[in-house]
Amino acid sequence: MDEISYAPASGLLALSWALIALPALGAAVLLLAGRRADKWGHWLGVATIGAAFALAVGMFASLAGLDDKSAHLDLFTIISVGDLQIEASLLFDPLSAIFCMLITGVGLLIHVYAVGYMAHDPGRRKFFAYFNLFAAAMLVLVLGGNYFMTFVGWEGVGLASYLLIAFWQLKPAAATAGKKAFLTNRVADVGFLLAMFTMLGALGSLDFAAVFNGAATLSTGASLAIGLLLLAAACGKSGQFPFQTWLPDAMEGPTPVSALIHAATMVTAGVYLIARSHVIFSLNADVQTAVVVVGALTLLFGAIVGCAKDDIKRVLAWSTVSQIGYMFLAVGLGGAAFALGIIHLLAHGFFKAGLFLGSGSVMHAMNDQTDIRRFGGLWRVMPLTYATFAAGWLAIIGLFPFSGFWTKDPIIATAFAREGWQGWVVGGAALLGAALTAFYMTRLFVLTFHGPKRWTEDVHPHESPAIMTGPLVLLGLGSLAAGGLMASPVTTWLTPVFGEHHEAHGHLSHMQVTVATTIVVVLGAALAWLLFRGGTDEVPRAASWPVRAARADLGGEAVNRGVFERPSRLVAGVSVAVDARGVDGIVNGLSAAIGGTSRRLLTMQTGFVRSYALSILSGAVIVVAALMVVVVQ
Amino acid sequence: MNELPLLSALVAVPLIGAVVVASIKRENADAARWTALAVSGVVVVITALVAFGFDYAAGAPWLQFTESYTWIEAWDLQISWGVDGIALLMVALTAGLTPIAMLASWRDLDAVKRSVPAFFALILALEAAMLATFLASNVLLFYFFFEAMLVPMYFLIGSYGTGPKKQYAAVKFFLYSLLGGLFMLVAVIALWVNNGGVFDWQTLVEAEPMADGTLQNWLFLGFFIAFAIKAPFFPFHTWLPDAGGAAPAAVAALLVGVMDKIGTFAILRYCLPMFPDATQTFAPWIIGMSVIGVLYAAFVAIGQTDLKRLVAYTSIAHFGFIGLGIFAFTQASATGAVLYMFNHGLATGLLFIVVGFLAIRRGSAQIADYGGAAKTLPLLAGVFLFAGLASLSLPGTAPFISEFLVLFGAFTGNEPVAVLATLGIILAAAYVLWMYQRTMQGDRNPALDDVPAMRRDLTLREKVLVAPLVIAILGFGFYPQPLIDAVEPAVDNTLLFISGEPEDLPAAEGVSNE
Repeated sequence: MDEISYAPASGLLALSWALIALPALGAAVLLLAGRRADKWGHWLGVATIGAAFALAVGMFASLAGLDDKSAHLDLFTIISVGDLQIEASLLFDPLSAIFCMLITGVGLLIHVYAVGYMAHDPGRRKFFAYFNLFAAAMLVLVLGGNYFMTFVGWEGVGLASYLLIAFWQLKPAAATAGKKAFLTNRVADVGFLLAMFTMLGALGSLDFAAVFNGAATLSTGASLAIGLLLLAAACGKSGQFPFQTWLPDAMEGPTPVSALIHAATMVTAGVYLIARSHVIFSLNADVQTAVVVVGALTLLFGAIVGCAKDDIKRVLAWSTVSQIGYMFLAVGLGGAAFALGIIHLLAHGFFKAGLFLGSGSVMHAMNDQTDIRRFGGLWRVMPLTYATFAAGWLAIIGLFPFSGFWTKDPIIATAFAREGWQGWVVGGAALLGAALTAFYMTRLFVLTFHGPKRWTEDVHPHESPAIMTGPLVLLGLGSLAAGGLMASPVTTWLTPVFGEHHEAHGHLSHMQVTVATTIVVVLGAALAWLLFRGGTDEVPRAASWPVRAARADLGGEAVNRGVFERPSRLVAGVSVAVDARGVDGIVNGLSAAIGGTSRRLLTMQTGFVRSYALSILSGAVIVVAALMVVVVQ
Repeated sequence: MNELPLLSALVAVPLIGAVVVASIKRENADAARWTALAVSGVVVVITALVAFGFDYAAGAPWLQFTESYTWIEAWDLQISWGVDGIALLMVALTAGLTPIAMLASWRDLDAVKRSVPAFFALILALEAAMLATFLASNVLLFYFFFEAMLVPMYFLIGSYGTGPKKQYAAVKFFLYSLLGGLFMLVAVIALWVNNGGVFDWQTLVEAEPMADGTLQNWLFLGFFIAFAIKAPFFPFHTWLPDAGGAAPAAVAALLVGVMDKIGTFAILRYCLPMFPDATQTFAPWIIGMSVIGVLYAAFVAIGQTDLKRLVAYTSIAHFGFIGLGIFAFTQASATGAVLYMFNHGLATGLLFIVVGFLAIRRGSAQIADYGGAAKTLPLLAGVFLFAGLASLSLPGTAPFISEFLVLFGAFTGNEPVAVLATLGIILAAAYVLWMYQRTMQGDRNPALDDVPAMRRDLTLREKVLVAPLVIAILGFGFYPQPLIDAVEPAVDNTLLFISGEPEDLPAAEGVSNE
């Protein structure tokens, strides 16, 4: 493989630090200004992200004009101890450029939407401060020029995610969901830390160039360890099996948060990490297989649970879990599929953000209700929301010629191209996932917008204001067209990062896969339409065991409780008892045995304590003096 | 090298200040407060002068600003001071935290009928004794102040503490520390006998290593037990939750933030250079204790029902990281351990101070007495969460840098141990976030609405005193290199003894103020 090197940044590209500084400054001002900023704070938040977007576009154009498509910038030395050197370095290359555009572009639309969505919330200023903080951290994550910087951003987005999930922190469910997200990610982050230690130990550096160029010299054990540890970190951040349970709970946050952080950007950081580390992941077939298994398993897992949920945001959340599964599958397949994973990530960023914001618009209309069993017939009262949601729906189920068709079908085709029986298994899983996606998304769409009205009496649905529908329309257009427009140019754009690759050919031709996918998607959607066009029961019926299992998140939550939560509390309880009775008991017992004063010690009066302590001190002084005299002689 | 006896001044100024403040009449509480604060301000200025004049180059003398005065001529005993990079950081921490702790407890005594001048005089006396232990370059002088500081702390806990168990806590703290000190005293005297009457630290470390391995082991243990109790390391820790739980929060910040660091500071200053062979003999055991401490204390912290005790247990877990960093003997881990001592002082100091803000408002540190408190105290809740996040070593805060260095350094030496210790970061997140959730988030405890003080968010005084800590935690979180530059030469010098090359030490500074 060619030596990887990054060119030093110049011109506009040397301003990559400003991409981070703009939203960071916004967050700082909004947090420090206090209530004074309540009136204009949200516009500052929008302005900083808007300026960052403009800068990102400019930098994108500059990068496109370069022969050597990378711009590396060292800001300052963070840590220098002996041989260990860690710089605050930023890397703007085709991969980070795409993420910067997605984060600031979609981020800008969602910021604008949130101005309207949060208009009546007394904490709007704080919301925009956290939102800007998130954008800054996410940009550190994708711009970091070494794993240390990536980790700083990685934890930063985790913090922002925690703050925003628990934004309505006086609601116990929100507080618990925030904590759960942080803790689950913390478990996965141990993987990230250990991966960095392993890299430092084996290669002496965390710089991307040094790690990737030295990767070939890694022992099999080291590359396996680094790969699996990074995979664990990626699974945590992206809500992949076995860390999927935090993501649906994260829907306790305000809906713009779900759209930006828990759909379009942060949860795709795992995909970014694997794509960024493609050199390492390509080294070891076992690691790649592990990524593929995680992806295939999670895409089915999310889709199955998504079929059984009645909360509009939770269906979308499980859908996110499932769609990121497709991205993991793609980057796990390796080679040309790395780019496919990123393209699907981009398309998903548009349509899932649009779907979430659409669901927020629906909730706005329905007094913050989220139960799709109590919706129905909304297409008449909120036509713009309906139309944009329909665009997202068409995009995600992937019918020709909409986005998902261009981005998901190639992943399914590449999955079938995997050698041997594995190709049939993962290809089949991806195909089945497409059918399930069509089913649950159609169910969601029909129950929400079509069929009879099943509203509770107190709701009077209405279309949302222009500040919310404007971003919806733009995201809706993006949802429809993005996949088709981007698929080919983005592949070319990413060639400097992932290298030239040719499409794989395997068990089925691309055309055969396309036909098969179209058939299952149409079948899945038609089945859902037939079943749910007349609405559904307002309370769940007793159901067969597969439905009950899906309603219970396929046991994920039970495992969480049984394996982590309860044992931890048990160990904590035992530790407290051991410390009080065991460790401290010995101390008190010994002192009682020596002084015979434990009872007195516990019940002593003030004056007595003083004289007691002073007598001990003077005793000690006498002992010292006596010893000195003896020794000096 | 210096005309002014700055190090003597660092000890003398707060000591004299203590006497002055103690002599102020009880009715003139404000005069006592402002005098004490001014004295601690002078200490900050002197510290700044020392830091400014310090030579940070790698080949610079180990101890700088050395001074030496005859104490007891017959025994050839001197009062001698000197500062290295590690001590400089600890001095800066002490000098910085003391005025903050004073401001934090500025009005706390209004409600109780206790002497205000005595309280502030005790804090100054404590500051003097703690500074002296960092600056002493004579083993006996160190021992003297190591024990002397127990007295002001004893009264600060026993007389000014809170809760029904404050007397018990104060006596336990005193006796436990005294017991450790006696072990050390025996070792100091034996060392003196063995070395033909030398207490001078520089002479001791430059001497040939002790040939008698058994004696070295015993002497090491004598020193180490004293320091392990002071730090405290598992399983010598049970005095700390009682003391930290009973002490006024600002005093607890000094106790955990600074005084406990004297234990780990002294391990680096005395145990490693004087007993290098014994240090290596016992290192595996101490590393084992440290890792147990990291995980065990974190679990105990999760199970606590009192905020101050909880924070005390988190500190015991953190001291496990420091122990691991020191005894892993790598440059990164030992540098990380020293940074950890400093950063933990900032983060846990802040956490204790904020807990104090809460406890004085609510009149209780019981977690169950809170719930949903962020509703009326948004700013206080924000600072509380910030301190908690620093305590769980979130990147961007200073403690992350030190934890990263400790764990990485340990990893290069002993992978399984480092992996186990890394699991501690999950538990840290658990105890911090659960503590925050139970106090600040969720359903509001209706009893809070009956407490008027729980509606008063941070006052100007409180904002002013937390601001420097917040700024330092963030500043050293993103740009820790100045701290690393300060401590690395001293750490390297210390580790030369472990690698068996003490002849590579830089020359000692010759000049002294006789």
